[in-house]
Amino acid sequence: MRYAMAIDTKKCVGCADCVVACQTENNVPHGYCRDWIVENVEGTYPSLDMKFQSERCNHCENAPCVRCCPTGASHIAEGGIVLVTHDDCIGCGACVEACPYDARYMHPEGYVDKCTFCIQRVDKGENPACVDVCPTYCLHFGDLDDPNSNVSKALKDRSWYVLAPEAGTEPQLYFLR
Amino acid sequence: MKTRRQFIKISAAGAGAAALGLHTLNVKGLNLFGEREDGQTPASDEEMTAISTYCEVCFWKCAGWTYVDKKGKIRKIIGNKDDPNSNGRLCPRGTGGIGMYYDEDRLKTPLIRETKKDGTQYFRKASWDEALKKIADKMKEVKEKYGPEAFGYFNHGTPGGHLEHLMRSYGSETNAEPAYAQCRGPRSVAYLATFGAYIGSPECTDIRDTRCMVLIGSHIGENMHNQQVQEMSMAIDQNATIITVDPRFSTPAAKSKYWLPIKPATDIALLMAWIHVLIYEDIYNKDFVKKYTFGFDQLKEHVKNMTPEWAYGITTIEPDLIRRTAREMAGYAPAVLIHPGRHVVWYGDDTQRERAMGILTALLGAWGKRGSLYLPEAKPIPKFPQPPYPEPKWMWKDLNEGRYPLATMGITTELMKACIPRFKRKHQVKALMSAGANLPISMPDKPLLKEVFDSVEFFAVIDTMPMEVTGYADVVLPEATYLERYDFLRSAQNRFPSVALRMPAVKPKYESKPAWWIVKQIGERLGLHDYFNYDDYSEVLDWQLKQIGTSLEEMKKIGVKHFPRETGALYLAENEDYQFNTNTGKVELYSTELEDKGFAPMPVYKEHPEPQQNFYRLIYGRAPMHTFSRTQNNHNLWDLMKQNTVWVNPTVANLWSLKNGEKVWLKNQDGVVTDFAVEVRVTERIRWDSVYMVHGFGHSDKKLKRAYGRGASDEKMITHYVSDPISGGAGMRGNFVTFLKENPKKDGKEDKA
Repeated sequence: MRYAMAIDTKKCVGCADCVVACQTENNVPHGYCRDWIVENVEGTYPSLDMKFQSERCNHCENAPCVRCCPTGASHIAEGGIVLVTHDDCIGCGACVEACPYDARYMHPEGYVDKCTFCIQRVDKGENPACVDVCPTYCLHFGDLDDPNSNVSKALKDRSWYVLAPEAGTEPQLYFLR
Repeated sequence: MKTRRQFIKISAAGAGAAALGLHTLNVKGLNLFGEREDGQTPASDEEMTAISTYCEVCFWKCAGWTYVDKKGKIRKIIGNKDDPNSNGRLCPRGTGGIGMYYDEDRLKTPLIRETKKDGTQYFRKASWDEALKKIADKMKEVKEKYGPEAFGYFNHGTPGGHLEHLMRSYGSETNAEPAYAQCRGPRSVAYLATFGAYIGSPECTDIRDTRCMVLIGSHIGENMHNQQVQEMSMAIDQNATIITVDPRFSTPAAKSKYWLPIKPATDIALLMAWIHVLIYEDIYNKDFVKKYTFGFDQLKEHVKNMTPEWAYGITTIEPDLIRRTAREMAGYAPAVLIHPGRHVVWYGDDTQRERAMGILTALLGAWGKRGSLYLPEAKPIPKFPQPPYPEPKWMWKDLNEGRYPLATMGITTELMKACIPRFKRKHQVKALMSAGANLPISMPDKPLLKEVFDSVEFFAVIDTMPMEVTGYADVVLPEATYLERYDFLRSAQNRFPSVALRMPAVKPKYESKPAWWIVKQIGERLGLHDYFNYDDYSEVLDWQLKQIGTSLEEMKKIGVKHFPRETGALYLAENEDYQFNTNTGKVELYSTELEDKGFAPMPVYKEHPEPQQNFYRLIYGRAPMHTFSRTQNNHNLWDLMKQNTVWVNPTVANLWSLKNGEKVWLKNQDGVVTDFAVEVRVTERIRWDSVYMVHGFGHSDKKLKRAYGRGASDEKMITHYVSDPISGGAGMRGNFVTFLKENPKKDGKEDKA
């Protein structure tokens, strides 16, 4: 099993619904976020191109945050979901620095927090909150090992890219062109 | 951390990138759910109660479920899957609607204005009884002295609907809502004149099945009209062509096959050139035109010289591109959607521009066909038993005194002028009430508004928040948010009729009360009990629901109920006989109604003023995470976007040596300066002759602690407006601004720019 997400940049309008849905679903405190939007504009007026990317933890196959964690709080759970056990986290921040995607933040209660792919929902066979709320249906989630999962189907006929491939992290967020 | 994220932005995307997310720097966070123990495990849906609501963060009114945990706390709001307006997916504002309930700056008690001996004024906390009595007494006094018609009101949204019921029971129809003259008015008038039908809300736009969608300044995806945003996504999946006409590289422009970066204020020329191409290249829909329309020959003669070459000189859009896009539309007809837009009060000839869009629609046969405009239907809700409303001696229409003969609703600026004696209007308005309308941020011409409040004897406001408008009130009534109250049933038009229930998920916070309760209390004090013959609004809802074959009990479980269509099919059948509700019974390419009233029966392009040197046209619009001026203080939505920026083309930025993020003040053509500085956003997404701002920011009431002083108010720069003589819409895009790099209030010097 290998959980992953595909983000359709052709459809995303950058509304940040994914951000606020994550905050209310996961009790992310005000002023922090587990996912965010990046707007990319290229060209000069009037020859322009623009796309939005809904970004979050890449749940890397080769996760630098897990490798550098001194207590084992950062770990890879079933399906490749990268998690932090809050009770084991000493808040040293090494993982925050190690992540090439800036996906982790220091929670005001003293531990590191990040996207969990809404594991509490995924465990019940549901989608992460951001996927289910998205008004443009641009987020696809599921098991890459299952050819019939939404994410497998989304990746099948489309060209995609990942972020910071040079970092060698084998990220599991796929951005559809 | 911040720099690292910025590094990613640059490396991934080039210099144009900008993050819209939050900063995860050492901002001290406030934990909304303070009692949370481990910070990780969210409450499971099964442990919560889901209570039906429909959203009031905007007018789309999506139905959803408010999730309340075992401690009675609202945790989240999720869309109702049976709701056609949202398909179970709320937009960011709906998802963040809980911030409206939790906002610690909410109005908490009734307030009454008092004046100290030295003349200074302040608000005193009052009991409900005292505040309600004060309003009722004033209403009695106005009725006796001047007649009930002299008590005017501004209304919007569901609280506005309750206020309207009170005022009509009392005998006044002297009302106006900014939703008409500051928004949709010209569209209503134009489509009524052309097709004899309204576009309505949610718009009857068949985006889901369109092959080609044409957006004239509409920025779907930035305006978060939920169902439309969702359907645009479906249209993209279906490889539909999108043609976007906008001086700004908007979100849908980026998703368009054709983006036409038009010179502002020239849209009518482009539309007429498209009409010319369809007719003179003989690619219009002949069957539709022959069977259903009136005035084709006159139109053909009218647009004879309105060639793409003619339009090029006006719009800066190349003739070849005008022809190609017209042919593309014709190729997909009738599955083409000329989107009628929503906020269409731009230049004062807006009814004519909307008419041109209607005519283009008709030439493509793109009305009542799959992929164009469908025939909407709503479920009629029976009125709870009450006596008929008294007939007022005069009403909003009489305030126009012959102006704007085709206006379909009250015009805000006319109601305002009727309050001010120096305009010497036949009918004088002596007192005002408002609900759900923050006039200082929705109305152009601030000095006029101030004069209104100086002129009227009394002004009462119903609102959930200490919006700017409350600062002018004699009595302020704190309304419960939509999550804390019963309300009207939502019966909105769509492809099929549906009804949605809003009910309280929790008890009202502080001393706030639902609008239905507020107006009933005032009504009872006026002896109008027969109009408010219930103790709780749930009795009204249950009665109404039983009339249409369901009940409050059932609706509490399902939230949304669908009903079969009763007015016929969603689309016109092939060659179906159809009578349009116009003078000729046809779609009027040539408008007999406009001709009768002395207006041009077919649209004509006319020039509009252009910016002077060093000034730029102020264009404004929406951000997906905010609604009007209503949401800037909502903590969840403030988190997503705290302030607006002024978009400046890099060429202009170079001229002025403006840097990204630099703070400037704006000054308009009348010398009016913004209250606050606004950050410059240097971006290729805007033309060099214009600047752009998101509307609704720059709040000036300090009681809005988060929103106060964040960004600048576009509305304050709109001191000039051009009234559309046909509809009464207030065209607000004819204002020009320049930059002040020093704080104009600090040194008191006027900038000579």
